[in-house]
Amino acid sequence: MPKKKRKLMIITVASGKGGTGKTTVAVNMALSLENVQLLDCDVEEPNSHILLQPEIHETKPVYTRVPVISEDLCDYCGKCSKFCAYNALFVAPKTVMVFPELCHSCGGCALVCPKNAITEKERQIGVVKKGEAKGVELVYGELNVGEAMAVPLIRAVKNQMKSNKNVVIDAPPGTACSLVASVHKTDYCILVTEPTPFGLHDLKITVQVLKDLGVPMGVVINRAGLGDRKVYEYCEKENIPVLLEIPFSKKIAELYSRGVPFVAEMPEWKEKFLEIWDDIKRRR
Amino acid sequence: MMVKEITVLSGKGGTGKTSVAASLAVLAQKTVLTDCDVDAPDLHLLLKPEVLETQEFKASRVAVIDEEKCVQCGKCEEHCRFGAIENLVVDPVLCEGCGVCAYVCPVAAIELEKRVSGYAFISKTKYGPMSHALLNPGEENSGKLVSLVRKNAKKIAEKENCELIINDGPPGIGCPVIASVGGVDMGLIVVEPTLSGIHDMERALGLLNHFKIPSLVCINKHDLNEENTSRIVEFCGSNGVEVVGKIPFDQIVTESMVAGKPIVEYSLESRVSKAIAELWKQTLKHI
Repeated sequence: MPKKKRKLMIITVASGKGGTGKTTVAVNMALSLENVQLLDCDVEEPNSHILLQPEIHETKPVYTRVPVISEDLCDYCGKCSKFCAYNALFVAPKTVMVFPELCHSCGGCALVCPKNAITEKERQIGVVKKGEAKGVELVYGELNVGEAMAVPLIRAVKNQMKSNKNVVIDAPPGTACSLVASVHKTDYCILVTEPTPFGLHDLKITVQVLKDLGVPMGVVINRAGLGDRKVYEYCEKENIPVLLEIPFSKKIAELYSRGVPFVAEMPEWKEKFLEIWDDIKRRR
Repeated sequence: MMVKEITVLSGKGGTGKTSVAASLAVLAQKTVLTDCDVDAPDLHLLLKPEVLETQEFKASRVAVIDEEKCVQCGKCEEHCRFGAIENLVVDPVLCEGCGVCAYVCPVAAIELEKRVSGYAFISKTKYGPMSHALLNPGEENSGKLVSLVRKNAKKIAEKENCELIINDGPPGIGCPVIASVGGVDMGLIVVEPTLSGIHDMERALGLLNHFKIPSLVCINKHDLNEENTSRIVEFCGSNGVEVVGKIPFDQIVTESMVAGKPIVEYSLESRVSKAIAELWKQTLKHI
């Protein structure tokens, strides 16, 4: 093992509350770094590509496995539906109904079927797209509209991670399983918040998730100057470093509304994002 | 009496769902309010509910290996599709509670234990009864908890003779959003005039169409980018969706949030409050 810590890092940008500026931070950070891959794991509402305008060179369908019942072999014993923890199978006296959108693809039904009447087929839940823009390699997922489960698609996006690159992950809002899947096995998490009661409340829940997962974290305060000082007080009390403040600025908001990453128009910010990166490297 | 139900959603997070929903709660009469954003709920910060009843939410299970019985055959690890068992240790974060490991274990060393995934609350506020919840950090099953919140709301509505349920929805278009909009009478989308906001609104509208739910759109902070606001109006026009309101950008909304009050209560005379009152008037025509 080399003594020096490896130079490359995997950093997730998360928030709890939506609309605090995750994508803004993730994209501007990626644009400030070299040799970088950006993974947009907000597969329900991916937005990184809107700011990056990449040229897409690959679109791959993503599938999950769902059961198929052979009615010739099935004797309607009901063991599969009894086993299924997700209510994805319903057995009536002369028919079996499968609810594919509830299925977690655990494979249990096929295992328990005494007649070997269950096989599995692939079912598309979305796509993974790969592209490049301004020196950033972008991978993002797009969940099909009406599809409930984001986690398998998030895993498919993360499977595209390259070990010879710095990686920035743009996580979805919320603090549930989608966040956990996004932040799993990353070196550090940047929490983007705003100095408002909503920002603070959701920050606290997200900090708890990261503590449970053992992922080190720091905070970026976006729209600094709005709201109150309670987020700062909380971070100080909890010993969470405030890595950067992005001021509330009409110019930044206006650039975002047009889909322009602000480091493109305000290049002095690249330095600041590089500083955070180095700062995190030192803390590790 | 039929109870009507309306869900405020957005696709993109942070467009102002909760600020709008809290104000509608003040304006609407005989209404039950819910917060369907169960993993990052904020509505209670404005409505200040007094909790009357707390219910444990036990929807998920987690595999537990009895080390004394385990013969280390590794079958559980081999069959787990979630990568949740590594070196015969269960990672409760990755475990989805399917039970395959327990089924394949030859010595019955694995049990599935029910775990509390969160809590549902029935509360009262000065604006009416409220049904809400809190998912434990990092949990799954947010959709099921949303369903419980809505079920509780319906019960309260019938008991208290309320005519309307207003749901404050979560961001995104996945599991908890689907649970928030299934079978409602109207989806009210709050959009901001940014390219991301428009992109996400289109997907949220797609979701409502997919489930055949009528939709309305309201543009928040419309003056932040009038060009994008026109694009939203045009898009909605050509897709047969009515734009029922345009709310201006004003820092007074943040002020009211810091004060812990819905904006229409904090400053009834503000232009934001007037826009929300007009939005509600237009929305009522459709429900």
